Amino acid sequence: MSIATMVQVLGEGFLVSLQIFFITLLGALPLGVPVALLRMSRLAPVRAVTRFYISVMRGTPLMLQMFAIYFAPYYVFGMPLSTDSKWHATIVAFIINYAAYFAEIYRSGLQSIPRGQYEAAEVLGYSKAQTFFVIVLPQVVKRIMPSLGNEVITLVKDTSLAFAIGVGEMFSEAKALVAAQVSMVPFAIAAVIYWVFNFLVEIGLGRIEKRLDYYHD
Amino acid sequence: MTAVVSIKDARKAFGDTEVLRGISLEVERGEVVAVIGPSGGGKSTLLRCMTLLETLDGGSLAYGGLEVAGPDGAGAVRYVKGDALKEARGRFGLVFQSYNLFPHMTVMRNIADAPLRVQKRPRPEVEARARELIEKMGLSGCEGKVPCQLSGGQQQRVSIARALALDPQILYFDEPTSALDPELTAGVLSVIKGLAAEHMTMVIVTHEMSFARDVADRIVFMDGGVIVEQGSPEQVLGAAKQERTRAFLAGYRT
Repeated sequence: MSIATMVQVLGEGFLVSLQIFFITLLGALPLGVPVALLRMSRLAPVRAVTRFYISVMRGTPLMLQMFAIYFAPYYVFGMPLSTDSKWHATIVAFIINYAAYFAEIYRSGLQSIPRGQYEAAEVLGYSKAQTFFVIVLPQVVKRIMPSLGNEVITLVKDTSLAFAIGVGEMFSEAKALVAAQVSMVPFAIAAVIYWVFNFLVEIGLGRIEKRLDYYHD
Repeated sequence: MTAVVSIKDARKAFGDTEVLRGISLEVERGEVVAVIGPSGGGKSTLLRCMTLLETLDGGSLAYGGLEVAGPDGAGAVRYVKGDALKEARGRFGLVFQSYNLFPHMTVMRNIADAPLRVQKRPRPEVEARARELIEKMGLSGCEGKVPCQLSGGQQQRVSIARALALDPQILYFDEPTSALDPELTAGVLSVIKGLAAEHMTMVIVTHEMSFARDVADRIVFMDGGVIVEQGSPEQVLGAAKQERTRAFLAGYRT
C-alpha cells in the first residue's frame, strides 16, 4: 500500500476525529458555564453535588466513562444497543467530561475578578446580567485563555480514546493499517497529522490571545 | 429644603464588631463635607452604607424625598426594591480608593458605557458629555487609551469623570488619593476643588487635612463608630472641643 493511500485512509479517520473534537467543544464550552455557576452556588447541597460530578469526571478515566455511558442504557434500562450507540456514548462522554474541566477553568477565572469590579458596576447601576456580560465575562475570557488552550489541545489528542469503544476515528484506522500492512508508518503519519492540526490550533489560540492583549490589569 | 441625603441613627456590625453605632448625617445641596478620623473608625463603612454597597442593621437612609431604607417594624431594616432602588442608585456617584475602572474598556467607554446602557441616554449626547468631562479632568488625548496606559492620578480622574457622567446629585469619595504619591495626589485634589467651586455636593473621606480645610464647608470627625465632633473647618481643625479630636489631629502636626 502506498503512502498516499495510507494518508487517504487516515485522512478519512481524521474527519471523524475532527467531528468528535468540534462537537465536544460545541457542547462542553457552553455546558461548563452552568456547571461553574452551580459549583459556586450559594446553596451548599448544590455545590456538593456539582463538586461530586466534577470529581468523578476528573477522577476516572474518560475511556471508562465512555464504556459506562455505552453500556448503561442496556444493563440499567434494558434498552437495545443500536449501531449509533457507540458514537452517541463517545460524544456524551466527551462533552460531560470536558464540561467538568472547562467549569473549573471558568470558576478560576470568575473568582479571580476583583470584588471592586462588581462594586463599581453596582454603584453605576448595572444590572446583574449586564455586570456579568459587559464587565466580568470579557475579563474572564482573557484570563482563562491559556488554560483553555491547554485543554483544547489535550482534546485533540483525547479523541483517539474513542478507538477503545470502536469508533473509527484516525487512531483506530492507524492501528488497523499497522496490523494489516505490518508497518509502523501509519502511526508516524497519524502522529504528524495530530501535531500539524494542533499546530494550527496553537496559531488560532495565539491570535485570540494577541487580540486580547491590548490591556493588562 | 430637604437634604440631598439623610442617614439617621445608622447601625452596622460585622459579626460582633459594631462598626457604626448610631450615626446621623445630613448633607445639603451644594455642601462639601469632609469625613476624617482614624482607620477603623467607620468612615468607609458609612460611605458603603450610604452607597448601598452594605446594608444597614438599623436606622434609615433617604435621598431627597426618596426613602431608601427604614425600620420594618420588627427591629430590622427594610430596603426599597426594583425601580425605587434603581432610582436611588442614580442619585449618587462613588469614587473608590482603588479606582475600580474597567480595565478592558477605553477611557471613553469607561465613562460613556453606564449612561448609554443603564440610563439609556442617546449616544451623541452621552459622548459629547464624556468628551467635556475628559477635557475638564485634564485627560484630553486619553479617550482611546485603556486604564493600564494611565498613571494612578489619571485613572482616578477617569473614575471621577465616570461617576459624574451619570449626573448624580451627590458624589462620594472614599480616600480618593490614598493610593497615590504626593505629586499625583495634587492633580486629583485640584479636580475635586474645581468641583467644589461649582457647588457639586460631595462627601469626601480623606486623610489630607489641609485639603479638607480648603475644600470642606463642614468637617465630620468619626471614631469608634460615632461622630465625635463636627463643624466648620476652623472649629474642628482649629479649636476642637473634644479631647479625642485633638489627640487625632495632633498626629498631623509634626
